[in-house]
Amino acid sequence: MIPAEPEIRRRQQSRVRIMGVILAAFAILVFAITIAKMGINR
Amino acid sequence: MTGAASPTLSAGSALPLADWRDLVALTKPRVMSLVVFTAFAAMIAAPAPVHPVLGFTAVLCVALGAGAAAALNMWWESDLDALMARTRNRPIPAGRMSREAALHFGVGLGAFSVLLMGLATNWLAAAILAASILFYVLVYTIWLKRRTPQNIVIGGAAGAFPPLIGWAAATGDIATLPILLFLIVFLWTPPHFWSLALFVRGDYAAAGVPMLPVVAGERTTRIHIMAYAVATVAASLAPVALGLAGPVYAVAAIALGVPFLVFPARVLGGQSNETMAREKRLFAYSILYLFGLFGALIADALLR
Repeated sequence: MIPAEPEIRRRQQSRVRIMGVILAAFAILVFAITIAKMGINR
Repeated sequence: MTGAASPTLSAGSALPLADWRDLVALTKPRVMSLVVFTAFAAMIAAPAPVHPVLGFTAVLCVALGAGAAAALNMWWESDLDALMARTRNRPIPAGRMSREAALHFGVGLGAFSVLLMGLATNWLAAAILAASILFYVLVYTIWLKRRTPQNIVIGGAAGAFPPLIGWAAATGDIATLPILLFLIVFLWTPPHFWSLALFVRGDYAAAGVPMLPVVAGERTTRIHIMAYAVATVAASLAPVALGLAGPVYAVAAIALGVPFLVFPARVLGGQSNETMAREKRLFAYSILYLFGLFGALIADALLR
């Protein structure tokens, strides 16, 4: 049985939102790692 | 964590897009917490101070790696999970996610965790993390689990890697203490899992998984639990004997170790019954024991 269209739409929206938050957090983490490594190597 | 299927959907439908909560459920977050804690404790106990950001990243990578291994375990074992009441509601057997989605998620998450670990800390920690994921999936899940009652003895090594990873992330090296911590977790795993296997024996038997209580019987399992518990407590005292841990850890190892001998002794003296209360108590205490032991290691390091 194929799920109803609104259910698929709801899942897509929630996954897009979460992926956005994860990518933003990852960008901040990479920035913080870079700063930390620069401090260590100085 | 329970799944998130819509009540309007049939349980057996193959969904084109899994709900994000089912992706989280694939990573077995509750099991992951102990693994992450042992890695964190070893990192704090290491002599080299870790930059907080890099330490956080290392712990995150261990968590993601453990999640990846769990997802790949669920991908491979979906047929077994469907046969056991305890696992029947997991995303794949419940029909909320395809096996392919779990495979892609697990491989992607595992590769990401190893790469991030290597870039943020060092490649020794990344290599041990990769080895632990591969060991759990290839050696334990695919090779041993359906073939031998020693599955969780050998496979238990996978869950014992995190202290090595935490230490390596902090120091870039491996020393005696993390090897002893590996040994403690390795020896602790059989009493932990066999106490669970005793009270869900019927599930394992129905699924055809050759766990020790199914293959060798309850009496043999109880004897094995006692033997491994003695070995675990002995190993937990080794860091004290070698002067690698301080007084807080020493007191905790003794105070927590005594009940870890008493509970298995009660299980050894017990008989099979409906409630399996002694086995359930041992299972619950074994989790507390490892948390307490590694918590004491952290306290010891902070007071150093």
